[in-house]
Amino acid sequence: MTTVDHKRLGVMYLWAVLLAFLVGGVFALLVRLELMNPGEDFMTAEQYNQAFTLHGAIMVFLFIIPSIPAALGNFVMPLMLGAKDVAFPRLNLASFWVYVAGAVMAVTSIVVGGVDTGWTFYTPYSTSTGGAVTMMTLSVFVLGFSSIFTGINFIATVHKLRAPGMGWFQLPLFVWGIYATAIIQVLATPVLGITMVLLIMERAFNIGIFDAQIGGDPVLFQHFFWFYSHPAVYIMILPGMAIISEIIPTFSRRTIFGYRLIALSSVAIALIGFLVWGHHMFTSGQSALAASIFSFLTFLVAIPSGIKIFNWIATMYKASISLNTPMLYATSFLLLFGIGGLTGIFLGALSVDIHLHDTYFVVAHFHYVMMGGTVIAFLGGLHYWWPKMFGRMYNETVARIACALVFIGFNMTFLTQFFMGSQGMPRRYYTYLDQFQPLHQFSTFGSWVLGAGLLIAAVNLMGALRGPKNAPDNPWGGTTLEWQTQSPPITHNFAGQPAIEHNPYDYRYFKVPSDAV
Amino acid sequence: MSQAHDASLIMQDGHGDGHGEGHAHEHHPFHQHHFTTMEQQFDASKIGMWLFLATEILLFGGLFVGYGIMQSRHLEAFVAGHHHLDWKLGALNTCFLLISSFTMVMAVWAASNNRNGNKRGVLITNLLLTLGFAGGFMVVKYFEYSHKLHDGLLPGKFFSYTGPDAVPNMFVFFSFYFMMTGLHGFHVLGGMGAITYLIIRSIKGDYSSEYFTPVDLIGLYWHLVDLIWIYLFPLLYLIT
Repeated sequence: MTTVDHKRLGVMYLWAVLLAFLVGGVFALLVRLELMNPGEDFMTAEQYNQAFTLHGAIMVFLFIIPSIPAALGNFVMPLMLGAKDVAFPRLNLASFWVYVAGAVMAVTSIVVGGVDTGWTFYTPYSTSTGGAVTMMTLSVFVLGFSSIFTGINFIATVHKLRAPGMGWFQLPLFVWGIYATAIIQVLATPVLGITMVLLIMERAFNIGIFDAQIGGDPVLFQHFFWFYSHPAVYIMILPGMAIISEIIPTFSRRTIFGYRLIALSSVAIALIGFLVWGHHMFTSGQSALAASIFSFLTFLVAIPSGIKIFNWIATMYKASISLNTPMLYATSFLLLFGIGGLTGIFLGALSVDIHLHDTYFVVAHFHYVMMGGTVIAFLGGLHYWWPKMFGRMYNETVARIACALVFIGFNMTFLTQFFMGSQGMPRRYYTYLDQFQPLHQFSTFGSWVLGAGLLIAAVNLMGALRGPKNAPDNPWGGTTLEWQTQSPPITHNFAGQPAIEHNPYDYRYFKVPSDAV
Repeated sequence: MSQAHDASLIMQDGHGDGHGEGHAHEHHPFHQHHFTTMEQQFDASKIGMWLFLATEILLFGGLFVGYGIMQSRHLEAFVAGHHHLDWKLGALNTCFLLISSFTMVMAVWAASNNRNGNKRGVLITNLLLTLGFAGGFMVVKYFEYSHKLHDGLLPGKFFSYTGPDAVPNMFVFFSFYFMMTGLHGFHVLGGMGAITYLIIRSIKGDYSSEYFTPVDLIGLYWHLVDLIWIYLFPLLYLIT
């Protein structure tokens, strides 16, 4: 519990975020269940508001943001660099316990009064509603510190702890993605922190910054909030893309196509991502010129994502692909993120957004990106590195079945929501017109299939931990450094100091071990 | 397993637990085992500190942006509010912080040139001076705050000033005044704690030209706290 070993901290983070995922997922299933029929089923409107707020807040702040960087990144990144640990091991430990403190505060806010503002805490509602909004925003403030600590640690690690011979363009692409993520974590999170402080001050002392009744400006809150929260979307998706960039070359047995473009596109996404926040405010009072510029920049940020997609597909072209579980998740990612990204372009177009704003179309879009993108990539990464983290192989057949169920259930749940949204079904209501009932019910059935798939995947992975240590050092034939040490790695990661002679993913110089699949 | 080893990396000897033969220097007591050299450790810490300072600038940045927008919205109230601040006390505090930045630089210089303890006295003296000026800043701030408290010039709903020059929305100015100087004040207090820590370790003789990272990093932090005040002073005390 007081270890400073990055591997053990990564595993501690992993259990913590998986627990958060479970809690957030239960709220999601409850929300979907309430939507089986129009009108009140088993939740009142107030309870429904609290349920979707907690689903959103827990999934965003407690699960997705720390999931890949703090859990998998913590474990894998120093190994990939050939380092003994991250640059600041004690800061890493602090980050974990600050996260736990923030999580406890979030749970407390549920117990002492609930929060019904949505995870975005928009003013003026958030400054006037009752409940435990202050506690929840304070928890977000504290969780921000955890995120900043991780970001600072990772940037310093990538700069100073690379193995001899590892230049910037010999870095594995996972490291590039995590590095770009860390830049956003460091530069965006403080703004969220001060925004939460201002919101708390407005609630407690009526300081007059966000409350229009006393001379404040509610739209200013939206600007502050999205200045963090749109870059935060890239905090969530960049690590997902980073995992896909590892899985695809490994299971294609092929040098990745367009290495430099994939690496630099991560940084481009991180930088342009800071300039697009205004596209969340096309309908909330913003000048036509500003809206046009934000719309243009939104189209611009799609280009680096497109570059990645085409490079991944080009890597797979005519390759000898083996469809193990991580690769199945990676291919699911390509399809689902493709849909999620493309619908993001629709929403970035000014006139289309006026029609689709605050409908289920938006809900479906960001679930395709966050769940279909990040969570699917997280699951892929979990199955990819599980043998390395715990030294045990899971049942491949069961894992594939779980992946198929997740894919089918996900599409059942959210594809329907695109249709409902384009027909005008608004988000965040606990009831709806009768005409939407078939689609809503289909979506709820889908959520059960999705839940069952995730449950099977969890049982399969956990069950493997009870079995014997049977994982080879390099079960997939991966070329990056983490596969060159034992499974699980020794305390100092490597027996000696590894050095780099070739670019990553260069299968010309790499003999695939005989015990790899 | 061993095939993979041959293929893409070579294992070099040494550095088993930070005690290998590859070290240029002897093992320094503050050398952490996961860094190869003291220079690498110093550089990494410095990058970390600069990143932390970047987060500080963005944290205050939110307040500065909010101040700018609210000032343009309630210009009259902000000008009327600032007449209740004493620019002479603000200028005095600016001097305190500027001089303390100089003594901090001297402390870093002394630490980085400290060989066999020959600059230890200079180091401790300058750290004590820095702490003294920081304390002076807080004392002046205390008198300013208690004056506002007495007049009812307080943020938000606690604003109760009813003098002849009271204008609508004056409380917004004092909301920002107390939030900005308050957050800055917490940073000064934090800096004083950090400098006290440096003094204790300097007396123990921990810092030398081989290892002075904490002095250097807290020095950087202290300059940022100073710099933020340099912006706060004209924004709050000198507007027209």
